[in-house]
Amino acid sequence: MSSTDIHSFHGGLKLETYKSLSNNLSSLISPLPDKIILPLKQHIGHPANPLVKIGEQVYKGQIIAEPDGYVSLPVHATTSGKIRDIGLYSVPDPLGIKAPCIVIEPDGMDTWIDIRGVDNYLEMDPVTLQNRFRDAGISGLGGAGFPAHVKLKEGTQTEVELLIINAVECEPYITCDDRLIREKPDYIVAGTRMILHAVQARKCIIAIEEDMPDAVNALLPLLDDDIELVKVPTIYPQGSEKQLIKTLTGKAVPSGGLPIHMGIVMHNVGTAAAAYRAVSRGEPLVSRYITVTGCIPSPRNLQVLIGTPVRHCAEQCGYSEKSGNSIILGGPMMGTLVQNMHVPVIKTTHCILIRNKLNQGTEMPCIRCGNCAEVCPVELLPQQLYWFSRSSDHNKLKQHHLFECIECGCCSYVCPSNIPLVHYYRLAKNEINQRDLSITKASESRYRYLKHQERLKHEKKKKKLSVEQLSISGKPNEKKAYIHEAVRRGRAKRVKKQQVRKDQKDE
Amino acid sequence: MLQVSIALVPGILCYAWIMGWGVILQCLLAILFATTLESIVLLIRRIPVKAFLFDGSTVVTALLFAICLSPYAPWWANLAGIAFGVVVIKHCYGGLGQNIFNPAIAGYVFTLLCFPMELSIYPDPGNYPGFLDTIRIINGNFPHYPDAIAGATVLSTLKSGLHDMKMISEISQSPVFGVLAGRSTEWIAALWFAGGIFLIVRKIIKWQVPVVFLGTMFLISLVFYWFDSSHYPSPVFTLFAGGSMLAAFFIITEPVSSSTTPAGRLLFAAGTAIFAYIIRTWGNYPDGIAFAVLIMNFSAPLLDRLTRPRVLGER
Repeated sequence: MSSTDIHSFHGGLKLETYKSLSNNLSSLISPLPDKIILPLKQHIGHPANPLVKIGEQVYKGQIIAEPDGYVSLPVHATTSGKIRDIGLYSVPDPLGIKAPCIVIEPDGMDTWIDIRGVDNYLEMDPVTLQNRFRDAGISGLGGAGFPAHVKLKEGTQTEVELLIINAVECEPYITCDDRLIREKPDYIVAGTRMILHAVQARKCIIAIEEDMPDAVNALLPLLDDDIELVKVPTIYPQGSEKQLIKTLTGKAVPSGGLPIHMGIVMHNVGTAAAAYRAVSRGEPLVSRYITVTGCIPSPRNLQVLIGTPVRHCAEQCGYSEKSGNSIILGGPMMGTLVQNMHVPVIKTTHCILIRNKLNQGTEMPCIRCGNCAEVCPVELLPQQLYWFSRSSDHNKLKQHHLFECIECGCCSYVCPSNIPLVHYYRLAKNEINQRDLSITKASESRYRYLKHQERLKHEKKKKKLSVEQLSISGKPNEKKAYIHEAVRRGRAKRVKKQQVRKDQKDE
Repeated sequence: MLQVSIALVPGILCYAWIMGWGVILQCLLAILFATTLESIVLLIRRIPVKAFLFDGSTVVTALLFAICLSPYAPWWANLAGIAFGVVVIKHCYGGLGQNIFNPAIAGYVFTLLCFPMELSIYPDPGNYPGFLDTIRIINGNFPHYPDAIAGATVLSTLKSGLHDMKMISEISQSPVFGVLAGRSTEWIAALWFAGGIFLIVRKIIKWQVPVVFLGTMFLISLVFYWFDSSHYPSPVFTLFAGGSMLAAFFIITEPVSSSTTPAGRLLFAAGTAIFAYIIRTWGNYPDGIAFAVLIMNFSAPLLDRLTRPRVLGER
């Protein structure tokens, strides 16, 4: 069936998957939480501008914040209720930074605003279809959360050879895509066809892992000649964009470039399902599948509204607060540790992983064993990057392609000295970005200062010039007249004063 | 690191069976000196002693150094080498993971240059002094036992024989020659080989490095042997004499002072083999492994630079 040759990428890891913990049970629709927290920015790009006021009644699917700029998306209310607050709240962020959010207090009715689907999308212009995705607030449901319409629009500007729908869920524990495919294969196939129409690609592949046989069986009967299902080896990080493209095409995305430069567009299966809802029913992206798993009594998948607090999701799977548990948003390899259980589920949250406090060994010095370089899927030299990031050698870091690192965590996983390598890379990237930013800022203010100096000089010159002009151009007669006049005024004043004094004396 | 020590044990025992108590005593002394000095330096540098002492790297350094050392060298030679290796080469360069040179080898070379005579005494295989005599000799009283330790190694016999314009066929009539290389000592080399296979099976070291090292050595010696077999020893002899086997599996596989890129590792191994052969054949020392390792140690940063792999999508 599959005519696509499978290639391989460098490195990677065969990991214990722990998928069976959560993928055997059907997903539950999560009950309404007592509050919904919607960050104004849930994706790469600019945050949205709020359109509502505190106390206002909103309905499910209503736009409550409008996009700001091209790489930005609207925010929709994910249930009906009252706006309780607009302010700073904790959001899923590796650095624990608070961000502007809109908080909704659900009224329990979950009433939809008036929505309308499209009967025949094939008659629609691809660009109109793309705008519909944008208005539905669809951003990548995989990892980075790139606004979907941007990828699509780039697609219409360049010829798209290949559309890849990524159903490769390579991180251990996570099964939300697997469950989604098994439960709603029709949504995915229909959504895929819609995206296919929107980008006008010549070929379309749904890539899926070998160890997801049930999902494959669910999809197969729905597929036609237009979509090819390709099984790829289960090896971490197979689901990463560049690695999957290498596997499917044998070609590497040029470093610093995007897949679209090779005529390839990739979307997540979740995005395909969201596209289907947006087009055929007019529903914006208000909910998603999420895996709650790890050390809890009943791990399973949930369908939750975007903005539901993490605690609410975890409690449905029997989570109770215990000291010594650590909560990870995302998988064990790339997820981020959260301190605060009140952070909301956002569009890119795919997993809540509860683990016993990790018993990490003591961090020892690097002995340059090179195990990390062997597993790095980007063929970096992690041991050298570690060395250079410890010494903040930014030039060397750039020379060794620090920014090509996809932070997959393979290197940290195999390190015999227990060095959290990715952590050091994140710090170094942050440091370099900050420095570049301050350099731009400094050069900008220097430019402003120079301009200011120039202006001052110019003004001074002008002033001096005008004084000089007066003294030079002033004709002797005029000058004389002026002085004469002033003297006359003074005299008159004095006379007047004397007269007043005289009058007072007389009285 | 514990497994590396285990892999060394059969070879050490065989070495002791052939060369006597001196081997065991040198190993124990070296471990004692190395752990003591390491602890002191760690205390001074305020590094947690427990974690860093029990990672086993110090013991491996000590064992490798003791194996290189002559079994009947005086104790101060042992201490001097260990002190130089552990304190100067390892800790003055920043400690574990930051040494440019292999501490065991640098320590051995230091001792070899300081005490050349004391390091050249080897007994005839199987004809070694008793336990108490060994202690006396290591304590520095070796002039009383000149006959017991008048032996020569197979490489030094070869070198002096060639110097006397003899042919290899004549030299190999000497009782120090065995089937493959040195009589009895070839067994030690075979056990280093076995220990190395153990490490490869346990995935402690990678097979590529020893294979490239031994392969390069085999090829060079084959070329010269084919060219003139009366003046150049056979490839098998080259591999089983001196420190070739030990170096292939235990010394050049040390990651810290080697190159860190996959291709760099292989060049490191090949380079060590080439320099070792050159020094052994045309130099003044009977064996050249230690010097070759040091030469390649300081070429490692250059190798790292030249052999950086192309990242995915790099143009």
